[in-house]
Parts: sequence; structure tokens; C-alpha cells
Amino acid sequence: MNIYEWLQTILYFVVLLALVKPLGSFMAKVFQGERTFLSPVLAPFERLIYRVSGVKPEDEMGWQRYAGAMLLFNLVLFVALFVMLLTQHLLPLNPQKVPAFTWQLALNTAVSFTTNTNWQAYVGEQAASYFTQMVGLAVHNFVSAATGIVIAIAVIRGFVRRKTSLLGNFWVDLTRCTLYILLPISLIFSLVLVSQGVIQNFSPYKSVPLVQSTNYDKAKMDDKGVALKDAKGNPVSENVIVKEVTIPMGPVASQEAIKELGTNGGGFFNANAAHPFENPTPLSNFIEILLILLIPGALTYTFGVMAGNTRQGWMLLGVMLFILITTFGVLQWAESSGNPLVARLGVQSINMEGKEVRFGLAGSNLFTVATTGTSCGAVNSMHDSLTPIGGMMPLSLILLGEIIFGGVGSGLYTMLAFAIIAVFVSGLMIGRTPEYLGKKIEVREMWMSILAILTAGIVVLILSGIAMIAPQAVAAMSNPGAHGLTEVLYAIASMANNNGSAFAGLNANVNFYNLFGSLAMTIGRYVPAIAVLAMAGSLAGKKYIPPSLGTLPTDKAPFAIWLTLVILIVGALTFFPALALGPIVEQLMMVN
Amino acid sequence: MKDIRPAILLFIIFTIICGGIYPALVTGIAAAVFPRQAQGSFITGKSGQAAGSTLIGQPFSDPKYFWPRPSATSDFGYNALASGGSNAGPTNPAYLKTVAERVKALRDSGVTGTVPADLVQASASGLDPHISPESAGLQVARIAKARGLSEDAVEQAVAQATEGRQLGFLGAPRVNVLVLNLELDRL
Repeated sequence: MNIYEWLQTILYFVVLLALVKPLGSFMAKVFQGERTFLSPVLAPFERLIYRVSGVKPEDEMGWQRYAGAMLLFNLVLFVALFVMLLTQHLLPLNPQKVPAFTWQLALNTAVSFTTNTNWQAYVGEQAASYFTQMVGLAVHNFVSAATGIVIAIAVIRGFVRRKTSLLGNFWVDLTRCTLYILLPISLIFSLVLVSQGVIQNFSPYKSVPLVQSTNYDKAKMDDKGVALKDAKGNPVSENVIVKEVTIPMGPVASQEAIKELGTNGGGFFNANAAHPFENPTPLSNFIEILLILLIPGALTYTFGVMAGNTRQGWMLLGVMLFILITTFGVLQWAESSGNPLVARLGVQSINMEGKEVRFGLAGSNLFTVATTGTSCGAVNSMHDSLTPIGGMMPLSLILLGEIIFGGVGSGLYTMLAFAIIAVFVSGLMIGRTPEYLGKKIEVREMWMSILAILTAGIVVLILSGIAMIAPQAVAAMSNPGAHGLTEVLYAIASMANNNGSAFAGLNANVNFYNLFGSLAMTIGRYVPAIAVLAMAGSLAGKKYIPPSLGTLPTDKAPFAIWLTLVILIVGALTFFPALALGPIVEQLMMVN
Repeated sequence: MKDIRPAILLFIIFTIICGGIYPALVTGIAAAVFPRQAQGSFITGKSGQAAGSTLIGQPFSDPKYFWPRPSATSDFGYNALASGGSNAGPTNPAYLKTVAERVKALRDSGVTGTVPADLVQASASGLDPHISPESAGLQVARIAKARGLSEDAVEQAVAQATEGRQLGFLGAPRVNVLVLNLELDRL
């Protein structure tokens, strides 16, 4: 790394950490129903929304009803988007006259955006109308993010509240989260992004004449769309001269801001945040990476405030930062060491395949670890073209279960499940009843924590195994050998952990990935969510045990180290064999 | 079941707010404050009509133009309707062959020494408008010859199209190929 790369990376973490406390305490106020500086403007709207939708704000819910409301709302989201995708050719704001999605692709996409995954098996600029992008996908970006955040808040309440069955009102939490947190931040940053060159308009796509025309060979087709062949069986092609290109337009900035802020990651364009209209400058890149980690980072402080001890939150943030920075270091080393097979051809030895010049290596790599440590999944470089060990970093961050900052809300509640496992294991070692935040950890909490942390991993291993014997899944690989295995493992890990990024060479728009992927995303999102809500319900009913001499202090550095080890051991035990067959083998092949 | 009504109504309300009012508000403010950026940062060419966006690269292969980075977009390079990278893995034999061909093409044009990575490796978007200053530098001699200009004049044009690190430290220094080539046509 040169000095500028050090400077921008260090400044990034300084700015992020400086924002954790103000935003974290603001979010705590929002979810504890207190007045904030936005209340004079927003409170009347909030009351109006409750009146129109029939929500009684003081009506608190037990965990079953909270989970039920969450599921019901997500079902509405899914059905609405599914229908919209199937009928987009009949809907307004479609200047490019794009056709409807197939039902398999619509199913996958609707599940994907409802579960905050934003896996995309379609090309945005070709397949989605402005109406779909704005009224469908962007709305899901807001409310699926809010869903994750409010589940985390309900879980925190479970730890904090005593001898009650009530966890809050899902509708109130959802409304306040969207209105007070997501909308204002998105509004400000979407305008900052426009200032950098992110487009925001409803114009039809623009054709411009090329300065120098270009040409390509186009395969000739017969009436049925089958490629024609000559007498020797070679495909027939004709040379097409291209004199102008069509540049896509659209309301991009408003979607870009919430896509990063809500750790959604679904790009307006196929190239996602590598596209110059989504991420035009190094500053826009800096801001987008900041938005990705902003809420997951600040939520640790919100947790600390609500739990009455902010050190508890800082400890979790420390664990997240340590693993994130370590993986960033390895990725930066791997990409600046480059690919010896390319260097041998007389090329400078850094890996620029699938990267943009303007971001530089550090700006590309920081984005990569931020987007995979969280469940964002937006990309500003193509992960498929990373060096093998480099590519193993985003893959590992996903496989760890999206807890290194993690998805908005979902990262925190899964991390809390890991903390419970860590407390339990250390409790076994010292022969004490495990406690966390003054609540006794018993069989039910253990079951629910294990469900929360292992569900995605089990889904990944089973589905990757099935994929290896499914001809359609194997045929979809775009690279041969060990790299192909990594593509498949990455795809399934990405969907099961609700990340949404891809080793994008894989042809994902086939029934295998559309249908099994929908299943993986659904299980990966809702099983852990329901498990942690059930755990919160049981924790809320318990009495508070004041810390004694035998209590493991969970707000001190030794616990942070222990938690880090537990996370790494669980991850390594589950996935080492798969990683050894994919990226590790490929690295050895590349170096020798 | 008393939650069915809020589920449906809140969805409708948020669709109106987040899918209607919010993007309309952003569009309105953007059009007023940053009209050029909101519309795609278009520039005009020699004849005064739109020649493209400064943010979206274009294909160039003529020796008198600076060559951009390779592009892996489908049908033809720099197809703005099909943004995306090659997604080629580092050990893929087909990929290594492609890079070797690109290096050879550069060698044939008179390039010696180590080739900058960005000039033979495709970008993520396939639309990267920039090359590194090193990649521009080793094309100067070819362009000066093809256009009958002095190398100094070409270097001056390169310097004009070069953007430094943003705010002095963010990102990487870079040369905008379309802006540079339009400038050359004006000389």
C-alpha cells in the first residue's frame, strides 16, 4: 500500500468510528420512543401513518406476535413484488418496453429483495423497468432493511427487560426505523452521490454516436433462433458495424444510497457499484463504503445504550473490526502481489482484472470486505476475478455467517447468538452457570443460538453438495477446475447468508439456482430471525441476576478475544474442507 | 389476525413514501442543484452535439487514438447496455491466452518494458472511462507519430485529461480516455 492508500483507509475507519456514537445513541432514542431532533417534522406524519393503518402504538407484542407480524409483512412484500415482476410490461414508467420476468426469475428476485439478499440473476439495465426499480426494488430496500433492524431491537429488549413477555410493537418499530433513520440518511447521501455524478432522472436511454465506430461478429440465427452452421459445421457469423451506443438512464442515486445504507446491495445496473453511473469517483466510493458499515457499526452502540453498558457494544464492535481489518490486509496483500501467470507475460504484477482504475486497489478491496462482511453484496470489483486467496476473503466473510458488521440488524442478532455460545462454552470450562447481560443462559437459549448460527452453514454445505451432482448447476460454471467449485460455493453461500454478491461468471439464471436459491434465501433469513425472537421472548421473562465473582465479564478484552476464537473455530470446522478444494487448491496451482 | 390490516396498509404507505415521494424529491432537488450530473455528465464533441458521457468509456482501436482498457461487455467492448466484467478466474487458460494476445498487440504497436496491468486486464464495469497515467504515457509516441504532432503536444493533452487523487489522497490518479481523444481531435 502506498501512503495515500494508508491515509484513505485509516481516515475511513476514523470517520466510521466517529459516527458510531452519535448515530448509535440517536437510534436508541428512536427505538425507545423518545423525542429526537427530527420529531417536530416527522411526528405528525408518524401519527397519521398509525391512524390510517390502524396501528395502536401502545399495543406491545409477545415474541410470537412480533414474529408473526414480521412474517406477514414480508409475505405481503414478496407477493407484491412477485406480481409486479410478472406484469411489469403492463405497468407505467417503462420507456424501454422491457418484457415481464419468467416466473422462476420473478420468484428468485422477489424472495431475494424481500429477504434483504438482493441476489440478482438478471441484468438491471436490460430487464427491469424504472417502475420496477423504483416502486418495487427500492421500496424493498427500505423495508427489508428495517425488518432486520427491528428484529435486532426486539432481541436487545429481550435481554434488557425483566419478567415480561412483551418485546415492543413491530409496526411502530418498522415505521420509526424507516421514517427517522433510513429515509433522512438516504435523502442526504443520495444528493451527495448526485454531486459526484450518480445519475437521477426519468429520461429514456440516450443514444450517442461513437467517436470511432467499432464492429463485432454476430452469430447468424434462423427464424427459430437456432445458430446457423455452414457445410463444415462451423457457425456462420456476419460482421456488424456499431456506429452509436445506447447509454442507460434512470433514478439511480435514490436507490444507490439505500442500497448501501440498508446493506441490500442490489445494483441498478449489472456492474453494480463498479458502474460509473452508480459510483463515479473515489469520493462516491468512500461514501458508499461508509454507508455500508454505518448502521451495522452504530447498532452495536445502540445495543450498549439499551443494555445500560456501552462497553458491551464496543466489545462486539472490536471483534468485528479485528476480523474485517485482518481480511482486508490479506486481500490487499493478495491483489497487490498479483497473478504470477499474468506477470510472466511481461505485465506489471498487480491484479487489475475486474477492477476500476479510479478506485485504486485499496478502494476496491475495502469495498469488497465491507460488502461481504455485511450482507450488503454490492460490488465495485468483480470478485470472480480476484486472486484465489484474495477471493477467499469475501467468501470467508460470508461463510462466517454475516456477523462481521453483518446485515443491518441481522449482523447484530447473529453476533449476539455467537456471544451466547461463547459464554456457554466458557461457562462449561469454569463450571459456572453461564450468564449474559444478567440473564441466565439455559437450554432454550442454546438451542435458539445454535439454530441462528448454524442454519445457513448447513444449507450451504447440503446445497453445494447437491449442486456438484446436478448437471445444470455444473454447466453454469464459467471457469474450469477448482475456480468453478468456488463459483458454486460462493453463489450458494451468498444466497443462504442473504449477501447477494456473486462470483458473477456463474450463469445463475437457470432453474437450479433460481429455485434452490429461493429456498436457501428464505431459510437463511427467517429461521435465524424466528429463533432469535423466540430466544428474546424467553430471555425477557427471566429475572435479572446481578454480576457476582463467578460471572464472566463480557465487557472486557479477554471475552472479545474468546469470542473471536469461537467465531473462527466454528467457521473453520464447518467450511475448511470446502475452502481447501476451491480457493486453496487454485492458489497452489497459480503459484506453481 | 388484527395484524393483516397494518401489514397491507403499511406496505402501501411505504410504497408511496419510499417508492414515490422519496425518489421524486431526490430527482427534483438533483435537477435543480446538479442538473449536469443528474443527466449523466454528457460532453459535446467537435461538431457541438453530444459525444458521450465523461463517465462512460468508449471503444478505440485506431492508432491515432489513445486506447482504453480492454472491455468484456457482451457483443462488443464498451457496450453501455451490458455493463460487466470478464469474471475470468486467475488460472483460467482462456483468460491467460486473451491477456497474452493483448500484450502482443501492444508490443506490435511499439510498447516496450513492463506493461501496466490496467491496459491488459478488463475493468469491472466494462465501461471504465480511465487508464492509469503510465498506460497513457507509453502510448504517447504512437499517437504523436500517427497524427504528425510533437510528443510534447500530445503529452500536454494527456496532462489536461489527467485527474489527480480526489481531495489529494482518495483513489488513484487517472486519465480520461474519451476526453483526451476528443481533445486530440480538436488540436
